Amino acid sequence: MFKKQSITFYPFTMKQLYQKTVCFALLLLLGNVALMAQGTVSGKVTDQHDGSVLPGVTVVVKNSALGTQTDETGKYSLSNVPAGATLVFSFVGKLVKEVAVGTESVINVALADNSKELSEVVVIGYGTQKKQELTGSITSISSKDFQQGNIQSPEQLIVGKVAGVSITSNNGQPGSGSTIRIRGGASLNASNDPLIVIDGVPLSGSSLSGAPNPLSLINPNDIETFTVLKDASATAIYGSRASNGVILITTKKGQSGTPVINFNSQLAVSKIVKTVDALSADEFRTYVETNGTDAQKALLGSAKTDWQDEIYRTGISTDNNLSISGALKSMPYRVSLGYLLQNGILITDKMQRPSASINVSPRFFNKHLKIDLNLKGAQTKSHFANQGAIINAVQFDPTQAVMDESSPFGGYFEWVTKDDAGKATLNPNAPRNPVALIRQQDNNGTVNRSFGNAQFDYKFHFLPDLHANLNLGYDISKGSGTTFVPEYAAQNFTTKGQNNKYLQKVNNKVAEFYLSYAKDLKSIKSNVSATAGYGYYNNATKNYFYPNFSANGEIVEGSQPKFAYDIPENTLISYYGRLIYTFDDKYILAGSIRTDGSSRFSPANRWGVFPSVALTWRINRENFMKPVSALTDLKLRLSYGITGNQDGIANYSYLGIYSVSSNASQYQFGNTFYNMTAPAAYDQNIKWEQTATANAGLDFGFFNNRLSGSLDVYYKKTKNLLNTVPIPIGSNFSNQILTNVGNIENKGVEFAVNGTPIATGKLSWNVGFNVTYNNNKITNLTAVSDPEFAGNQTGGITGGTGQSIQIHSVNYNTFSYYVFKQVYDQDGKPLENVYADLNGDGVINQKDQYRYKSPFPKVMLGFNTQLTYDKWSLSTILRANIGNYMYNNVASNFGVRRNILNPNNILGNSTTDIYNTNFFNNRYQSDYYVQNASFLRMDNVGIGYNAGRVLGNRMNLRVNATCQNVFVVTKYRGLDPEINGGIDYNLYPRPRTFVLGLNLDF
Amino acid sequence: MKFLYKTLLCSALVAGGAVSCTKDLDLSPTNSITADIAYKTPADYKQVLAKVYGSFALAGNNGINTSDLAGIDPGQADFLRLFWNAQELTTDEAACVWNDPGIPDFHNLNWTAGNVLLSALYNRSLFHVTVCNEFIRESSDEKLAGRGISGQDAEEIRRYRAEAQFLRAFQYWVLMDLFGNPPFVTEKDPIGKYIPPQIKRADLFAYVESELKAAEATLAEPRKNEYGRVDKAASWALLARLYLNAEVYLGKGQGRYNDAITYSEKVIKSGYSLMPEYKHLFLGDNDVDNPEVLLSINYDGIKTQNNGGTTFIINAGINAAMNPSSFGIPNGGWGGNRATKNLPLRFGDYSGKTDKRAMFFGQKIEMEDPSVFTDGLAITKFRNVTRSGAIVPSSGNSFSSVDFPLFRLAEMYLTYAEAVKRGGTGGNEATAIAYFNKLRERAYGNASGNVTAITLNDVLDERGREFYWEAHRRTDLVRYGLLTSGSYLWPWKGGVKDGRGVSESFNLFPIPATDLIANPNLQQNP
Repeated sequence: MFKKQSITFYPFTMKQLYQKTVCFALLLLLGNVALMAQGTVSGKVTDQHDGSVLPGVTVVVKNSALGTQTDETGKYSLSNVPAGATLVFSFVGKLVKEVAVGTESVINVALADNSKELSEVVVIGYGTQKKQELTGSITSISSKDFQQGNIQSPEQLIVGKVAGVSITSNNGQPGSGSTIRIRGGASLNASNDPLIVIDGVPLSGSSLSGAPNPLSLINPNDIETFTVLKDASATAIYGSRASNGVILITTKKGQSGTPVINFNSQLAVSKIVKTVDALSADEFRTYVETNGTDAQKALLGSAKTDWQDEIYRTGISTDNNLSISGALKSMPYRVSLGYLLQNGILITDKMQRPSASINVSPRFFNKHLKIDLNLKGAQTKSHFANQGAIINAVQFDPTQAVMDESSPFGGYFEWVTKDDAGKATLNPNAPRNPVALIRQQDNNGTVNRSFGNAQFDYKFHFLPDLHANLNLGYDISKGSGTTFVPEYAAQNFTTKGQNNKYLQKVNNKVAEFYLSYAKDLKSIKSNVSATAGYGYYNNATKNYFYPNFSANGEIVEGSQPKFAYDIPENTLISYYGRLIYTFDDKYILAGSIRTDGSSRFSPANRWGVFPSVALTWRINRENFMKPVSALTDLKLRLSYGITGNQDGIANYSYLGIYSVSSNASQYQFGNTFYNMTAPAAYDQNIKWEQTATANAGLDFGFFNNRLSGSLDVYYKKTKNLLNTVPIPIGSNFSNQILTNVGNIENKGVEFAVNGTPIATGKLSWNVGFNVTYNNNKITNLTAVSDPEFAGNQTGGITGGTGQSIQIHSVNYNTFSYYVFKQVYDQDGKPLENVYADLNGDGVINQKDQYRYKSPFPKVMLGFNTQLTYDKWSLSTILRANIGNYMYNNVASNFGVRRNILNPNNILGNSTTDIYNTNFFNNRYQSDYYVQNASFLRMDNVGIGYNAGRVLGNRMNLRVNATCQNVFVVTKYRGLDPEINGGIDYNLYPRPRTFVLGLNLDF
Repeated sequence: MKFLYKTLLCSALVAGGAVSCTKDLDLSPTNSITADIAYKTPADYKQVLAKVYGSFALAGNNGINTSDLAGIDPGQADFLRLFWNAQELTTDEAACVWNDPGIPDFHNLNWTAGNVLLSALYNRSLFHVTVCNEFIRESSDEKLAGRGISGQDAEEIRRYRAEAQFLRAFQYWVLMDLFGNPPFVTEKDPIGKYIPPQIKRADLFAYVESELKAAEATLAEPRKNEYGRVDKAASWALLARLYLNAEVYLGKGQGRYNDAITYSEKVIKSGYSLMPEYKHLFLGDNDVDNPEVLLSINYDGIKTQNNGGTTFIINAGINAAMNPSSFGIPNGGWGGNRATKNLPLRFGDYSGKTDKRAMFFGQKIEMEDPSVFTDGLAITKFRNVTRSGAIVPSSGNSFSSVDFPLFRLAEMYLTYAEAVKRGGTGGNEATAIAYFNKLRERAYGNASGNVTAITLNDVLDERGREFYWEAHRRTDLVRYGLLTSGSYLWPWKGGVKDGRGVSESFNLFPIPATDLIANPNLQQNP
């Protein structure tokens, strides 16, 4: 019934739907209600706020399934109401009201606003704002709306939930990170990652040795909300780090009242969904017998090995979390402990993460001084499986057995070459046995991280409208690890194994101080809110250098480091201010300005200024909108601002510096070897990249926000791109330099809608849908305009050396594929090495390469829905990307005869793509390998059961079962259509995961 | 705590609208240094001099995976590998089976301005020029005085400076020979926002000549410098090479054969002598007891590692079936380059029993399939073993310690002979034949291979036998007018099995498209 009903948000249709639903519910529970039939109760429901009638209010008899809802005139009528019953009136945005029936047959009620819901507060940079009064394009997702299931890394909580935000997990490795893009990338060579701010403390964005990704050290269970700031009005207060958007994360805090203990536990089973389509042993044998030379046929083995089966397994994982929150006297606190154990689907891959978090929020001086202390600690212990095995399992000869008794390489089969004397040496050009790659490498990493802040908020005694806020934060971590490979292993045969270690210490410090002032000026119907502050951010990493060791502990010659360590460091100092003026609750004018000084630039270019201005018009507050009673919220937002970007570039690129060469790079004079002191290329004028964003948005809400949504249109233009460009050789110590040249545009539309088509006492149905259109274009790349300039090649691929497949060209998408146009025969088979002569000069050369598609989707869709009936709930999330293309490097590298009948005196497997192409040689640059990777993916589907109070009313129990990565619909011929960067090679497959969860509240 | 105080202090000051703590924004790298520190003492100068030389040995500063230049895989970004490809793969001496971008174009003689290997070579040569410029700038008499360096120390650094002048002249010779009309920068030009002008080939000839002559007086006497560094003889050898090719650079009738004779003879009489055994010139211990090599590019399998240089020449020249251990690279053998049949056939008996310079491996002399390594003979000339046959150790057992002979005495004998045959005065035919026979006597081990008369073509053939795979061949074929012509063919010349002539424009490489775009002062070669 629900599936057939289309979701159209007109009141009339909705009403019909409600009625049907209620009937359905009644039918289901008929047995329960046919008791003690008594009188009929009727009445009218109004809005306490203005006395208007409320249609669609749910009216049910408490503890029964008997119920109805009010009609267009706010009237209802219920028959068979039992004696002594209580009626429950509920409506979105209103406080629930219960009325005992007694002897009355007419009960009129007025429902009051649920002020908590209507005055919902959203976190913004350095403060909060009422949701209705937002001036920026901001989406907030709280814990109740997070993705369900086995979530290893926090950003996965909001996948598919926010229009304009693309979150792509990097791969299926335990704890692997994601690439987050807000409204496409604003840059080519600088970072495109958004700024992430946790409890007011910006993360440095640098990676950690020994951890799959820095966010993975934060327990997702400790997160309360994600707030995504998208337009310049919202982000410009973060100035130089805001061009790629900002994500604000708040963590769970203590609540006053009796202590609440929560325990949740999950068991997850991960299985591989699909492996790369390589030839089976029989197909392979047939191919070699048919096409190979006698020498090649002689290389065939007698086994039938599916190498991909050999390296994957079912991964079992558990996640347990315990939290206690309450108040000690009047001091709220929350303490949580977590333990995650994740086994990857690649054999031996494993991650453990114990974590702890403490929050206390004492109040002093009659609550004039509020202190929030957050302290988080986590340890990630990983055993990293050698991921080189993934691609080798595709290309390894399936007729060879995994083990070979006569093998000196730990008993594993390896390709060897025999000389005339019959002496076997490892073939240096052959791939290594995939199972041996994993089993013979022991790579362990540990990261200890502590992360926290102390925030002091002081409300001045003599002027309570003025607050002073000091936030001191730190983020320290230590990553270390070892890699051991035995002496006899083929993978490090040249160095007699490996016994290496690494160590990295990160020390990031943050200090923020700001004053904020807010004043209602009732006499002139105005409200003024002002903020001014200062920020200091220092990020330093200490990387230790060690020589390489053989398995027996001997130093590999030439690997002694020249230096014991290096400390890359950068500092940012900021001043910022914001003024928000509200007139008559209708017109809101906001302006912000920030100036940042960065150690990455020379004193002359060090400071950048980043302003923004925004106007919001709350149209629904206008008198002429009053008659539209269904309208809860309607506002128009206009904003413009400039943000900057300096992340992702080297720390000292403006300095002309010399560096001393490593010990493997010395030069001999006489009998002495000298380390070389070399100058490095630099641009002393390097400065900020700037992005100007204009945004127009419309927020709407109907029926007390039972249906709400927003539409945003934006235009982003980045200038002074931090761009690596060719320079006239001879003018600097390189042929390319990172400098400020070029422009990119991003244009987009975002639409998001959330609705509750059904909300009766027991049955409710929520639906959320969002769609994003984004298109980027490079508008300039060179200092001097040159139509002959093809562009900057990028996107390195595997095969040969130094090949790339993508290009940044003016008037095209960033990362467009740069390929030859394949010619096909009448059967649709590609003709080897036959390409279209696009410029018609009779010669096929690189002038015939063209730009074909890009890895970025033009349209992204997200859909989520949850259906709750009584104690049961069912939910799912689907996502689709449309218009994104992928370069299938697996097929282009292995799907050729040359790889099977390999000139290196070995046999290698191919993908089944060879049956389609019959290519003899690799044709890397053919557009045949650029394939449509549009997809529809069901991220998860879950069912939950809320058992209510159990064990003698001592605790509340919820259980759930979830399936993640349920299915993917795509035309893409490779393993997975969703890969960052658009080049498919060596992807750790994303497993399908089944999760059973249990949640107890004491 | 210090941090906390500072923050609080800063906050307080800011609140008061006073000053900022912006000194914290002045950060500098931990292990890197500024120019004043890099050139503080004479020892510091010598470390920079190591880069002045190391720029043609290695791709980068931090091991095999780093490169000074972008847009090319570090494994093939060094000078010698790129220069070797351009000088050898374009000729009858070598063809490569690999399909990597840019490689097939060489033997097919159909490259374009977009060839990544050509632009990498051009960039490498000009990078080397830029490094030399910087060193020359920083070692001017004023800078030395300003840094308090005087007396013997200053004299030594002036010698370094003259060597940098030589190396710059060498790279300008490379650019002139291969690319004709490159951009031109000297120590007088700034680093940064500067667009170098283009120089005409003839003007560059004059510049290289004048630079070599200007530096000569300051260079060490022949055989008096440290191994690996330039002396006067190397400088004369480059001048002799320059003069021998003058007609190519300056135009028909503009030959400088008299000068070629003068300068080759200066080298011949400078005290250098032939290595008694030809094959010892190309072994892993060729840095010791080597009386013949005037200047080499030095490698070491542990201390000077890369995937280019002689590591490339050896590994690319053999495959795993050739017993890599006997080449001193037990884990090597990439199976790329081998000779066309023209090279072995030039020896007549190419078994190595008559002319010991003939060092080949394989059965099949014909190159039927250009992508099969065993079609055509492999070359076994360069080997990373000592004269006694021991493997020279290397990291990973695949790097070479063979130093590459950039200039050796033998070249001067044949330069003298060719200049005489081309009508140069100041020398004579009898001496020319005597010099010619010195090489043949060493090759045969006795006088059985000696000749009594030589033609101009004999000299070219002798050069082919003496210098194969030493990166001379393209220059020689251009000088003889045979690189592009249909009158001399080799397998797969111009991309067809039996070979074919191609346009004369392929005598010169184009100015790479990347720099044509970046540098608006440049015009493409005709």
